[in-house]
Amino acid sequence: MDRRELIKAFAASASLTLAGRVWAAPATDARLLVVFLRGAYDAANVVVPVGSEFYYASRPTLAVARPDAGNPNAALALDAGWGLHPSLRDSIYPLWARREIAFVPFAGTSDDLSRSHFETQDTIELGQAVGGSRDYRSGFMSRLATELTRVKPISFTDQLPLIFRGHNQIPNIGIASVSKPGVDDRQARLIREMYAKGDLANSVSEGFRVRDDVYKSVSEEMMAANRGAVSPRGFELSARRIGRLMREQFNLGFVDVGGWDTHVNQGAATGYLADRLGELGRGLAGFSEEIGPAMWRDTVVVVISEFGRTFRENGDRGTDHGHGSVYWVMGGGINGGRMAGEQVQVAQATLFQNRDYPVLTDYKAFFAGLIQHVYGLQQASLERIFTGIKPKDLNLV
Amino acid sequence: MSITATLGSRISAKLTIGTIAALVAFHQPARSAELSAQDIALLDRLTWGVNATSAAHLREIGTERWLQEQLHPANVALAAAVQKQIEAMPDVHRFPFDIAASFDQQGKSANQVADPEQRKAAQQVYQQAMNDRARQAAARTILRALYAPDQLRERLTWFWFNHFNVHQYKANIRVLVGDYEDRAIRANALGKFRTLLSATLHHPVMLRYLDNADNAAGHLNENYAREIMELHTMGVGSGYTQADVEALARILTGVGIDFKSEDPKLKPELQSQLVREGAFEFNPARHDFGDKTFLGHQIKGRGLAEVDDALDILCRHPATATHIAKQLATYFVSDNPPPALVQQMAQTFQKTDGDIAAVMSTLVHAPEFTASLKGGAKFKDPMLYVMSSVRLAYDNKVVLNTLPIQGWLNRLSEGLFNHETPDGYSMLSAAWNGPGQMMLRFEIARAIGSGSAGLFKPNEPNAVDQPAFPLVMNGLYFSNIRQTLSPTTLAALDQAVSPQDWNTLFLSSPEFMH
Repeated sequence: MDRRELIKAFAASASLTLAGRVWAAPATDARLLVVFLRGAYDAANVVVPVGSEFYYASRPTLAVARPDAGNPNAALALDAGWGLHPSLRDSIYPLWARREIAFVPFAGTSDDLSRSHFETQDTIELGQAVGGSRDYRSGFMSRLATELTRVKPISFTDQLPLIFRGHNQIPNIGIASVSKPGVDDRQARLIREMYAKGDLANSVSEGFRVRDDVYKSVSEEMMAANRGAVSPRGFELSARRIGRLMREQFNLGFVDVGGWDTHVNQGAATGYLADRLGELGRGLAGFSEEIGPAMWRDTVVVVISEFGRTFRENGDRGTDHGHGSVYWVMGGGINGGRMAGEQVQVAQATLFQNRDYPVLTDYKAFFAGLIQHVYGLQQASLERIFTGIKPKDLNLV
Repeated sequence: MSITATLGSRISAKLTIGTIAALVAFHQPARSAELSAQDIALLDRLTWGVNATSAAHLREIGTERWLQEQLHPANVALAAAVQKQIEAMPDVHRFPFDIAASFDQQGKSANQVADPEQRKAAQQVYQQAMNDRARQAAARTILRALYAPDQLRERLTWFWFNHFNVHQYKANIRVLVGDYEDRAIRANALGKFRTLLSATLHHPVMLRYLDNADNAAGHLNENYAREIMELHTMGVGSGYTQADVEALARILTGVGIDFKSEDPKLKPELQSQLVREGAFEFNPARHDFGDKTFLGHQIKGRGLAEVDDALDILCRHPATATHIAKQLATYFVSDNPPPALVQQMAQTFQKTDGDIAAVMSTLVHAPEFTASLKGGAKFKDPMLYVMSSVRLAYDNKVVLNTLPIQGWLNRLSEGLFNHETPDGYSMLSAAWNGPGQMMLRFEIARAIGSGSAGLFKPNEPNAVDQPAFPLVMNGLYFSNIRQTLSPTTLAALDQAVSPQDWNTLFLSSPEFMH
């Protein structure tokens, strides 16, 4: 079945309504997945400023070597100034060669300077101005979902994250641990009835619907595994499942990956951070494989983190909480193979507070510019998602 | 709440003249009437869930005496069947330093095995032994939560652990996480906040988790210093600066861990400064002796005494009183606790120098708290949901295996000692009532309601499942709980086709989730 027929079939199916919205083909058939690296990944060791002497002086034990074809532990050349961590050689680097990934250096929160993981994660997920009172029931992806009429959002997390909290109950599912439901249809009906009049009615009815959909999709993979196929683990497994689900039914997704808070012994070309990165890269490559070449063209994956880390390594071969980060934007239709957004030379003089990367691209302006292009949103819509923000056009889509 | 009810028929009939005289002399007449819906809600709010035994005890002694018992618990013994299980665990009578040192040694030996295959095997044995210790610690937490008479202390133990969170899978924290809970947290759960904070700071588990064991003069690691202010005391956005974080990090240099029996080699002039208490060590050679400015105070560089200064400053800071009061009120009252209540609790905190029992007394006696008991406003977090289910279903019949419970908590994303980041688990309903979470709860309701679910099969080879039946539709249900259910819930329960099915539906009901 080709995609248009699939969409027609979806549109005809009454069971595929979500919280009163009818699922049909959006104008661009776009898919958007936001991947949040919780713990503030050390961006400077992933998209490495290989052109900077100061980088090598600041990181005597952590620095990743300059590109060198003969050295498997050297950074992979991106452009004159930047290199990619070698653990991403087989997963992400090919995307760069195909111009399907762009990196946005010096990105982050220009208004949140707390350097607190939790505070800044909240700031980004809420997408509201810092300083005023926060509305913890309004995350920016939830507001985005509200503006899109033909959307099927889902959070691939055990709990519903702030970013998806809002007026409409958005389903969440712990994608790494899907198992056969024990509560049967009759019990499900009785439970739904108990909740029908209360606050949790949507949560419960959406839950049963998504539970069954996802189980159906995952059980195919389980059957394949039973026939001897090697099944990946951790984030790679999750990302592949997400790819399949976003190919077939969901078009706005969120997933988070923890473990990036590297104060001690983070490693350089190999070690702790390299292992985490390798898994992340394989997961994202697996996602693009599962969503398939056709859908990949209409897919955008954005990888973000709450902030970067101190530019200089600390006393424990690690890094402490910093400021600016590097965002990734991937997809088959991305204007990639380049470093996007405003940049400065990486040197002591350009560090923020003589400590970490400055923020030159604010996350709100970045997301506003991106979603404006992906969805063709009107200014009024953007204004409801990010109040008072001028979208920044990085020419990514 | 009135506690002056007259002795009524049901109870007085069973009392002898002597006990009546004793009760009258005590000026604390027992309640004779059945417990009100509010009493049941009180038990649900301050314990790990109402059950027949706790309801009977509250009825017997009255609300105010019950509250005093909970706020100022005597060192009450656990039931023999519970104590027996705890005593059977290895290490419970060993000095924690010895445990940690021997594990440390085991880890080092495993790493030194020359043959790669044998090394891998030795490392696996070591990892397995550490996992066992953490699971035993979790078993102790669960057994106490289910059966300890000092229930409020157990609720607070969980709350404070979460407030001073550590993650079991960092390094070898699994070995001492139980000791951290017992000695640093539970022992101080109703005492002075300053003592509690200091106990966590002196515990090797915290020093490892937030990397202060690696924080030394000239090699600053500011992780712990930041989280003390952001999470443990003042709260983020309360006025401290990056300079304060760095100052506190400098004050904390040299505060670390040492599992070796011999003292570190020090210059003679520093030797008197060395402090060792179990695995805790203050190593003056690693300390930054320069003077510091911390939160506007000048702190003379002089060693470990600087840490005491810093803790005094932090604990007396008004932001700390407010932050702690708000956290407690969020956990025990509502997602958005009334500001007046928080303020009153913060005042008590400041007046009593951070006396936790006094702050809790302010909370439980406040009209805002009583008001919050009506209508079941607070959605149970997974720990409370699972504990209250098991307590209701089995009352004081002691489970023989807590591993199923540990598994449920993990599946519900609130596993014991399992939160990776120092902020602890969320206390807000919205974190726990999403569609995916609700589905898991119904599955767990089914597991608990349908049979013994492995809870009565001891965790040992060839163990057999002991007979046990979850009894949710019990006396307490008919006397108190049924009246609180909505017609919709009752209608669904009426369609149950078996007792197991009924249990599943009841434990899945909206009323039981709150």
